[in-house]
Amino acid sequence: MNRVVITGAGTINALAHDVPGTLAAFREGRCGITELDIRDRDRLSIQIGGQVHNWDPEAHFNRQQISLYDKFTQFTLLAAREAVAQAGLNFDGHLGYEAGVVLGTAGGGVNTWDENYRAVYEEGKNRVHPFVVPKLMNNAAASHLSMEFNLKGPSFSVATACASSNHAMGLAFQIVRAGGARAMLTGGSESMLCFGGIKAWEGLRVMSKDACRPFSLNRNGMVQGEGAAVFVFEDYEHARTRGAAILAEVAGFAMTADAADIVMPSKQGAARAISGALRDARVPGDAVGYINAHGTGTAANDKTECAAVADVFGAHADRLMISSTKSMHGHLIGGTGAVELLACLMALREGVIAPTIGYDEPDPECALDVVPNVAREAKVEVVLSNAFAFGGLNAVLALRRV
Amino acid sequence: MTQMVQDRVIAILAEQAVLDPADIAPDATLESLGIDSLGLVEAIFAIEESFDISVPFNANDPADGAFDISTVASIVAAVEALVAERTA
Repeated sequence: MNRVVITGAGTINALAHDVPGTLAAFREGRCGITELDIRDRDRLSIQIGGQVHNWDPEAHFNRQQISLYDKFTQFTLLAAREAVAQAGLNFDGHLGYEAGVVLGTAGGGVNTWDENYRAVYEEGKNRVHPFVVPKLMNNAAASHLSMEFNLKGPSFSVATACASSNHAMGLAFQIVRAGGARAMLTGGSESMLCFGGIKAWEGLRVMSKDACRPFSLNRNGMVQGEGAAVFVFEDYEHARTRGAAILAEVAGFAMTADAADIVMPSKQGAARAISGALRDARVPGDAVGYINAHGTGTAANDKTECAAVADVFGAHADRLMISSTKSMHGHLIGGTGAVELLACLMALREGVIAPTIGYDEPDPECALDVVPNVAREAKVEVVLSNAFAFGGLNAVLALRRV
Repeated sequence: MTQMVQDRVIAILAEQAVLDPADIAPDATLESLGIDSLGLVEAIFAIEESFDISVPFNANDPADGAFDISTVASIVAAVEALVAERTA
């Protein structure tokens, strides 16, 4: 089995249009959640989100590309360019045959669905643009990455709601580990901040109207975000031979299904995914210094997640740190685990733990060190990233410092 | 109006609980009727559609807020208030 390392990272999200800006925001505990700037906002009861502002597709893509790229694809391409540039890989030669892409997204081209439903239903048009289907399909972003970078190996997209990115990255890890590819682009993207995308979430009555406050007693729901993060996962020997800078090692991964409820989380399902990732990484629980929580800011998730962590780690649960950066960038749904992996890289590489901002009052049901409001310096060797999706599908990654 | 609101709310709750409306007592709780969190969110949606009102309800804190869901009677009273507000 090959060891797998991360040699490149890229992102665009509500906090910044790149990795350095995002990490700076994590260090500052800055909130990227704002009033939404979208069409028909006045008809929404939820009017805030982690929106990417100052997004100018013309600065990055030509007119023909824009006619083919939904926003979730645009975000993915931008993040991938940053990641590939950092990794310093060129896939044009033989490496292209030994490289692929696995991406997570829950909704795919939601803006494209939204705009074209408007055209045919609201405006009564009987004709839509010829590229609607290739624009909105969930695999569009993965396919465009394969074309832009000449990735000709295993390539596909994964949709497991809020765990999509973690499932995608876990699968990319397994592919490189098993020798199915030397390098994989992986991560996820979501762009659901449009009228229909928010209206759908409103219906479930789990959204906050004012802020995302994970683990805080006064939390009142989740806040949607948008954006993407993409990483280069590479065979360790390949990276070492070419002298690449290594950001971290992907040490383990596990996925489980609750097989219980379509929306309510299960402590057992989450705990099995966490302990499974530790087993897969062959690290003892007390080696874990930091967990990037799923931490949605809903009543149900946060208490269930804390109970699962307490169950898995026992006394060590009180010594490790766990924070939710969704308080800053919002919940990127299918892209969320990817953006959150950046906080794991920051913890391992820079020894800075991103905080849970918006934290007002302790909740006895979330009695862990949630790194409230202010980033903290701490040296950690092993970190986890949790994702627990609607539908009871759980995916946890373990990363190690190299 | 009161009787009509009560009958319609009870009919909605009865459908969620898979019970006969006659078996829904005013002092019954949602729990005693076997209506879980998803059922409650669905019932509130049906109430909003039926009465053309917006119910202030957040599933993260069902016990809090202006909309009292502790019993069938309290839900009826809260709906009556919202209907009166709308027609005022």
